[in-house]
Amino acid sequence: MSRVQNAVIGSVKTVLGWMPERWLPGGTPDPLIGRHGEVGRQASRLDGPQKVQGKARFAAEVAMEGMCYATLINSPITRGRIARLDTAAAEAAPGVVLVLTHRNMPRLEIVPVMSISNMGAVGNSALPILQDDQIRYNGQVIALVLAETQEQADHAATLVEIGYEQAPARTRFEEAKANARTPASILTEKNQVSVGDAPRELQQAPYSVDNLYRTPGHNHAAIELHAVTTAWDGDALTLHDATQAIAPTANALAKLFGVRREGVRVLSPFVGGGFGGKAFWDHQVVAIAAARIAARPVRLMLSREAVCRMIGGRTPTEQRVALAADAAGKFTAVVHTGFSVMPTYAVCPEQYSLGSRAAYRSKTYQFGQRHLDLDVVPNTYMRGPGESVGSFAMESAVDELAHQMGIDPIELRRRNEPETHPLSGTAFSQRGVLEAYRMGAERFGWDQRSAAPGTRREGEWLTGMGCATGSFPYVRMPAGAVRIHLTQGGQATVSCSAQDMGMGTSTVQSQHAADRLGLPLEAITFEMGDSDLPPAPMAGGSAQTVSIAAAIAAAADKLTGELLRMAGNASPVAGLRAGEVRLVGGELVSLEDPARRDSFHAILSRAGRETVTVTASASAPLEMLKFAMQSMSAIFCEARVSAVTGEVRVTRLLGSFDCGTILNPKTAASQFRGGMIMGLGMALTEETLFDERSGRIMNASLADYHIPAHLDVPDIEVIWTGIPDPRSPLGARGIGEVGITGVAAAIANAVFNATGKRVRDLPLTLDKLL
Amino acid sequence: MAISVNGTDIPVPDDPRVSLLDLLRERAHLTGTKVGCNQGACGACTVLLDGERVLSCLTLAVQADGRSVTTIEGLGDGAALHPMQQAFIDHDGFQCGYCTPGQICAAVAMLRELQGGVPSYVTADLAGQGTVTAEEIRERMSGNLCRCGAHNGIVEAILQVAKEQAA
Ligand code: FES
Ligand code: FES
Repeated sequence: MSRVQNAVIGSVKTVLGWMPERWLPGGTPDPLIGRHGEVGRQASRLDGPQKVQGKARFAAEVAMEGMCYATLINSPITRGRIARLDTAAAEAAPGVVLVLTHRNMPRLEIVPVMSISNMGAVGNSALPILQDDQIRYNGQVIALVLAETQEQADHAATLVEIGYEQAPARTRFEEAKANARTPASILTEKNQVSVGDAPRELQQAPYSVDNLYRTPGHNHAAIELHAVTTAWDGDALTLHDATQAIAPTANALAKLFGVRREGVRVLSPFVGGGFGGKAFWDHQVVAIAAARIAARPVRLMLSREAVCRMIGGRTPTEQRVALAADAAGKFTAVVHTGFSVMPTYAVCPEQYSLGSRAAYRSKTYQFGQRHLDLDVVPNTYMRGPGESVGSFAMESAVDELAHQMGIDPIELRRRNEPETHPLSGTAFSQRGVLEAYRMGAERFGWDQRSAAPGTRREGEWLTGMGCATGSFPYVRMPAGAVRIHLTQGGQATVSCSAQDMGMGTSTVQSQHAADRLGLPLEAITFEMGDSDLPPAPMAGGSAQTVSIAAAIAAAADKLTGELLRMAGNASPVAGLRAGEVRLVGGELVSLEDPARRDSFHAILSRAGRETVTVTASASAPLEMLKFAMQSMSAIFCEARVSAVTGEVRVTRLLGSFDCGTILNPKTAASQFRGGMIMGLGMALTEETLFDERSGRIMNASLADYHIPAHLDVPDIEVIWTGIPDPRSPLGARGIGEVGITGVAAAIANAVFNATGKRVRDLPLTLDKLL
Repeated sequence: MAISVNGTDIPVPDDPRVSLLDLLRERAHLTGTKVGCNQGACGACTVLLDGERVLSCLTLAVQADGRSVTTIEGLGDGAALHPMQQAFIDHDGFQCGYCTPGQICAAVAMLRELQGGVPSYVTADLAGQGTVTAEEIRERMSGNLCRCGAHNGIVEAILQVAKEQAA
């Protein structure tokens, strides 16, 4: 992102400010909002039977004739070069087909790094892949060994002899601060923002807090390992991949390997968890190159250690949050600045200060992020990038200030709730976070909380309650198309290259298509997971559901137009336009005079057509520029802390969400819980341990990187306001990431309430509480 | 020399390094058994060996010689889902579905252990009959990780099956 980009976005925002609202897509609320149909029903996942029987086919599970197996070798040093390389013993080992190193790797360009506006830019790293003898971070791929069986490949990999010449590496967070970069933008927002004189307010205010909060690196830890099964047939490439970005991957690969886009097919119908980690990394490229050289299909599944060392995770941060309030509890200063690691070759700025910019009204503000350049695996997006760790800092600080002032933390938030976006003054499309607090507090029994910390004790256990706000911006991706194929018999197939990592994409979009097309759920088939289908944007930014929904809405409009055109002059709906009818019960029905109707079946029969097919792209997501839009939550936690060991047990966790229309309560509740459980892990156990001396990740396994296990997870209650957003398709906003935000702060605040100890360093391990 | 997998005999591989997991996935093409770590940390590879749950990634195929293995594919009877599979659907005990076959196999064997009186860390009365509680299930299922966070649904599904069995 650049200054130029800021200027462009700024000017688009200015122009839009002059437009009447109804010119904008979303200006007239989606007619499906509030209609009772399939949307909003507790449907079980349509792919449930496949998944519980082990029939859902993941990327490493496709059988291919003559397939061989690959193993990677990752650099054990951090910086330097390969001085000696002897592959002879490995090549001579039983079953070995190929040893691929920088010497015999085809010369390839650098993959353009990820961007939401370019459907061919998908890279997580701007570093060359196996192109030279340079080592740029610990864990970098330096060779691939291909053999007839996995066992043979794994063994042969131990026979490759490599000598390294080490060079000094930058591995220390503190030292890197001296050369921190200050980017002009964080994603599409201007980075450094200063309104009024925040330092002066901080000094003069009767109440203030000013502290540093630290969060460590985190790993996505999806249970499915990154994997591909790939084959070439002449210049045609097939890639079965575990990816959140099907169409962009196909586009990028065609360009990288210099082949026709139509010849590249990427399939990924199921992904065993993504959370931001399953996009485009080095392993796809080396496996595809190996398959080409060996002229054999190749399967490559990364080891868990390789996933930890060569797929970047969430970066560590050190954040300063300072708040000042006047005697009435109104904020006079909100400051959120800090450092995070982002090598120049990485893509994710870990936008921890962005959520805070939309959170509270204040007299003055100061925001800004600085990046540290270390020689590490490029960090990337992980569930709730920015807000997950940013909300820990901001929402801990709000709790600290409330405690200092002796007022209830919910009341303090209420007093500082903004009416419009605090910085831009833009109207919120809909914002019900106070309602979420009201509902949540009542359900949770917040009135049982004792304001004085450390006062509730049963035996060795101290008990406390805490709350925090979570938020994540609404995003609708600017690209994406959908095809609808309707038969005379009233069956519709809706197709696009969307991804499912467990969100229930096919289930929810089938429900949506049923309502949009006026057909029963059983009449809908939703096809996805294949780059041969019309391109859907990548699954990220909690944007997939509304992005596809907008494309389906556009395609349904086009289909309606087609049907009206085919209906002919004798039809009861003759002369009506697409906006003047709705689709219901397999018919086109005039909005004005419901007696005027004509069925899909009759129209197609009269036209002598078996089927009709349309493809359409979603409208531009201008609502994002015109309105301030975000999903929000109020998280409540009850925690117990052992006065003897310092162990923390979360006994109750409740999330009260304000995310617009909930499309499927069953799958939505699961997604909210899933996010909250990742927040629980972030609060209590998760931490990528990085050895600053060697630059190596020390806990590259699921035994040492601790994600929540069953015994860590209490019953989690999830409720929502369900207030539709009048500016979005279906009235929905994203729900995939907001669940993780606010949780770590709510838990830390509960721990403070239980013990009187304020921990500002995640995770809240027992050593910090003794 | 054969391993009975879901009632069908499979020859023991020549290469003694082959794990039971890789035998199932790569040679028998029974890919319902998943792999999340290959080192005993996640439980995704759980199968039943002579009716007891084992981590197939830590079991060499040769160790299963002459024994009988049940995988997720062999759990139901033909067309019908096993009650545990149905309960997972009813309670939305999964999202991505990747840990699911391991969770389901583990759950089936775990209930047998519990009901057979095998105590756990959270069992109060070590000599008593096993009582199926959410706490017992959580403790005993903690070797099966789920990153999507389907824990609540999984526990509810198992409680439902235990209740049906008791009825
Ligand atoms: S794959 Fe066997 S325990 Fe993880
Ligand atoms: S359902 Fe995805 S890991 Fe459990």
